[in-house]
Amino acid sequence: MSEQDPAAAFRVEAADVLDATEQALLDLTNNLSSRELIDCVFRGMHTLKGSGAMFGFDALAGFTHHCETAFDRVRKGLAPATPELVATTLSAMDHMRALVEGGSDELEAAGAAILARLQASLGSAPSASAEDAVVQTAPPATLAPGAAPAAATTGAGWHIVFYLPSDSMANGTNPSILLDELRELGETRVTALTDKIPDLADLDPVQCHIGWNVELRGSASRADIDDVFIFVMDDMDLFIEPLDSEEPAPAQAAAPSPPQAPSPAVATPPPPKSQPPAARKVRPVEETVRVPAGRLDVLMDRVGELVIVQSRLAQLAETGVVGAAGELALRSISEEVERLASELRDTTMVLRMVPVTALFARFRRLVHDLAHETGKSIEFLTEGESTEIDKTVSEQLADPIVHLVRNACDHGLEPADERGAAGKPATGRIVLSAEQAGGEVLITIQDDGRGINLERVRTKAQANGLIQPGQALSDHELMQMIFHPGFSTAEQVTNLSGRGVGMDVVKRTIEGLRGTIDMASQPGKGSRVTLRIPLTLAIIEGLLVRVGTGNYVIPLAAVEECIELRGEDDIRSRGRSMIQLRDSLIPFLRLRELFATGTPPDPFQKIVVIGTAGERVGLVVDQIIGSHQTVIKSMSPLHRDIPSFSGATILGDGGVALILDVVQLIALGQQREERLRAVG
Amino acid sequence: MNEKTKIDWDEADGLEVLTFDIGDERLAIEAANIREILDLLPETAVPGAAPLVSGVVNFRGKIIPIADLRIAFGMPVESATLDSRIVVIETELEGEEIQIGLRTDKVYEVTTLDRARACAPPVLGMRWQREYVRELMRQDEHVIVLPDLPAIFQAIRLPQNPKGRAQ
Repeated sequence: MSEQDPAAAFRVEAADVLDATEQALLDLTNNLSSRELIDCVFRGMHTLKGSGAMFGFDALAGFTHHCETAFDRVRKGLAPATPELVATTLSAMDHMRALVEGGSDELEAAGAAILARLQASLGSAPSASAEDAVVQTAPPATLAPGAAPAAATTGAGWHIVFYLPSDSMANGTNPSILLDELRELGETRVTALTDKIPDLADLDPVQCHIGWNVELRGSASRADIDDVFIFVMDDMDLFIEPLDSEEPAPAQAAAPSPPQAPSPAVATPPPPKSQPPAARKVRPVEETVRVPAGRLDVLMDRVGELVIVQSRLAQLAETGVVGAAGELALRSISEEVERLASELRDTTMVLRMVPVTALFARFRRLVHDLAHETGKSIEFLTEGESTEIDKTVSEQLADPIVHLVRNACDHGLEPADERGAAGKPATGRIVLSAEQAGGEVLITIQDDGRGINLERVRTKAQANGLIQPGQALSDHELMQMIFHPGFSTAEQVTNLSGRGVGMDVVKRTIEGLRGTIDMASQPGKGSRVTLRIPLTLAIIEGLLVRVGTGNYVIPLAAVEECIELRGEDDIRSRGRSMIQLRDSLIPFLRLRELFATGTPPDPFQKIVVIGTAGERVGLVVDQIIGSHQTVIKSMSPLHRDIPSFSGATILGDGGVALILDVVQLIALGQQREERLRAVG
Repeated sequence: MNEKTKIDWDEADGLEVLTFDIGDERLAIEAANIREILDLLPETAVPGAAPLVSGVVNFRGKIIPIADLRIAFGMPVESATLDSRIVVIETELEGEEIQIGLRTDKVYEVTTLDRARACAPPVLGMRWQREYVRELMRQDEHVIVLPDLPAIFQAIRLPQNPKGRAQ
C-alpha cells in the first residue's frame, strides 16, 4: 500500500465523492427544496475541494471552490435551487471529473464558462461571489492591473489580515501552523490584533479571539496565499492586498535589519508546483476492488486452517504413513484439504463480487440527460440494487446497458402527446432491475413505451436483404433480427440511437460474457430486455473432450446434447457437413480437420451439439471425457487473436486444455452452412 | 520500423546476461528479464497459432506460450535433447508485460558482456534477420547474439486480425 501513488488514491476517492454528489444532485431535480440534499451536494463539494488541495489538484480545488460558494448561497437561502442551477452543476461535476484526470488550458477555459453559467443561473445577486470568482481565476490581472506582475518580480509582497472564526480551534484549526505556512512563503512580520478580545469576564478560553496582521515579503503569488487558507477560507475574515513597493519601504527600514531584505528571500520560496501534474498524467490508474472487511476475515480463517492442515501433513510426511492409522490420517488430511480448497474458492470468488448499485447509479444521470435531450418526461426506477456480480462483468455490462437504456428512451418511450392519445400517463417509465437466479444474474430493462413494431422489423429486414419477402418467421426470430449488424428501425436517425450499431454490439458483449439476451415486447404496452449473465467469469462447468491428442473444454451451458456419429452418417455427410438431427438439419464442424491434428480418427466419433439463441452447430470430437470444473485462465496476448479459443484451463494432471469459444465456432458453422446453401 | 529495443549497459559498460544455445547459435538475454529456467514441461499445441508460438504450458498456474526462436531465424526445427530447457523470460508486448517460455538446446551461465566487444550486425552474411538482432558480441571463440525479443514477437502480431472482442 505504501508504494501507492497518493494522487491515484485521491482519484479513486474523488470518483466516489463525485458519484455520490451526482446522485444527490439528480435527487435534487425531483425535490428542489430538500435541504438535506442541498447540504449533501455542498458537503461533497467541500470534501472534494479540501482533499483536492491536499493532494495538489489545485485547478480542481479552485474550480470546486467556486461551485461550493455558489451552492453555499443556495444553502443559506440566498438563492433558490432551480432546475437550471442543477443542470449547470451537473456539467460542473463533469468538468470536475476531467480536472481529476489532470488539468489543461482548454479545461480552464471550459471551467470559466461553466462558472459564468453557474453565476447566471444563481440569478439576481451575483455581486459578492462573482467578484470573488474573478479574483480567484485570474489573480494578477484583477488585483492591481499592471502593478501586480511587477510586484511579483520585485518581491514587494502582500498585506494580509485575518480573523479565524471563534470556534475554529474546536474544529482543529491551528493558527500557528497557518502562520508557519505563511512564513515559508517569504519573510513575514506578524502582529497580533487584539482588538476583538472581550473583557476577561466574557472571555471563553476555548475560543479564538485574536486576529493577525501579516506583512509578507517576497515573490509569493496570491494563489500561494489562498492555498494556505484553503481549508478555513469559507468562514474566516480574510483581507489580502498587495504591498506597494514604495509604501512599505519605511516600514521595512524601521523594522528589523535592512540588509537581508528582498533578494535572498526572493530566491528561496519558489514552490515546485509544476512537476506533479506532468508525472500524474502518464501513470495508469491501478484497478482496485473494495471488499467488506468481514469477507477478508472469512478468508483469513480459511488460510489459518490451511496452515494447520499443512503442518499436519508435514508431520505425517516426517513420520511416514505407517499402517492403517497412518493411512487414515492421510485420508483425513486429504479430505480436509479438499474442503478447504472448495471453501477458499468460494470465499475468494466472493471477493470479486460488487453490488450493482454503482453500475445502476450512472444510468440515472444518463436518463436525466436523455430526458432533457428528447424533451420527454421520464421516470427511472431501479430495483434489486444489492444484487452482486463479478467486478469485471459489472464493468463490461455498462456499455450494453447504456445502449439498451438509450434505446428505451429514444425508440421505446413515445412523446408525451402520443402517450396521452394512447391513454397512458405523460411520464414514461423505465425500470432497470437486477436479480439473482441460480448461477445467473438477470438484468432487466423494461419500458412502458410503444413496444417493438414487428411489422416494421420485417419490412426493414426485407429492405436490408436479411430475409426473403414472405419468409415465415416466428415473432422470436423476427425479434432476433434486431441484433443483426447494421439493422435499425428508427426512421429518423437521432443523436441518441438509430444508427444500427448498438444492438449487435450489445449481443456480442453479452455473449462474450457467456450470457444471453431475451426480448419480449407487447405493442403499445412496452418492451422488456433481459440479460442473463453467469455470476462469475472465473469458473465454469465444462465438458472435457479429446480431439486427436489434445484436450479441449466446451462450456457446458452451451452444450445441448451429445450424439454418436454413426459410420453411415459419417460417410454420407462427407463434403456436406450437415447432419440430420431428428427433424432438423444442423451443420457440423470436424474439429480434427479444423485443428489439423494429423492423427487418424477414433472409430466411434461423437458429435457435441452446441447452441445459443436458437442457432446450433455440431462439433465432431474423438472422445467425450466428462464434465470438468473449469478455472478459466486467460491466454497470452500472443494467442488471444485465435478465434476458436476463449481461454485455457489447467487439468488435474497439470496439463493445459484449451476452452472452445462457442460463439465463434457457431458463427463459423453458420458461415459454412450459408456457403453450402449458396452452392447448392 | 520501430526503434530497436535499447540495451541498458551499466556504468562500467557491462551487461549481465544469461547465455544459451539455440541450434548452433549462442544467444544472450539480459539476466534481469529471465524469470526461471525449467525442465521441459508437457506442451499443449494451440491449433491456429503462429508457428513461432505453437504451444502453451502451465507455468505455476499461468498459461504461458512456448516460443521456438528457430522459426523466427529460419533454422530447422529439431527435437528436444537431454540438455534442452525452457527459459521463461519477461518481455513487453504492446505495453503489456508478458511471460514467454523459450525453447533452448543448452543453457550456459550468467555472465557479463563487455560493451567494447560489441560489433554491429553485418549487412550481409548473417542468417538472422537484421531487425531481430540488437547486437553481436564477440566472446572467446563465439559470437553471441542479443536478440530483439519485442521485435520478434511483435512481428507475429501484425498480420493477424484482432478479434475485436471487449477485453
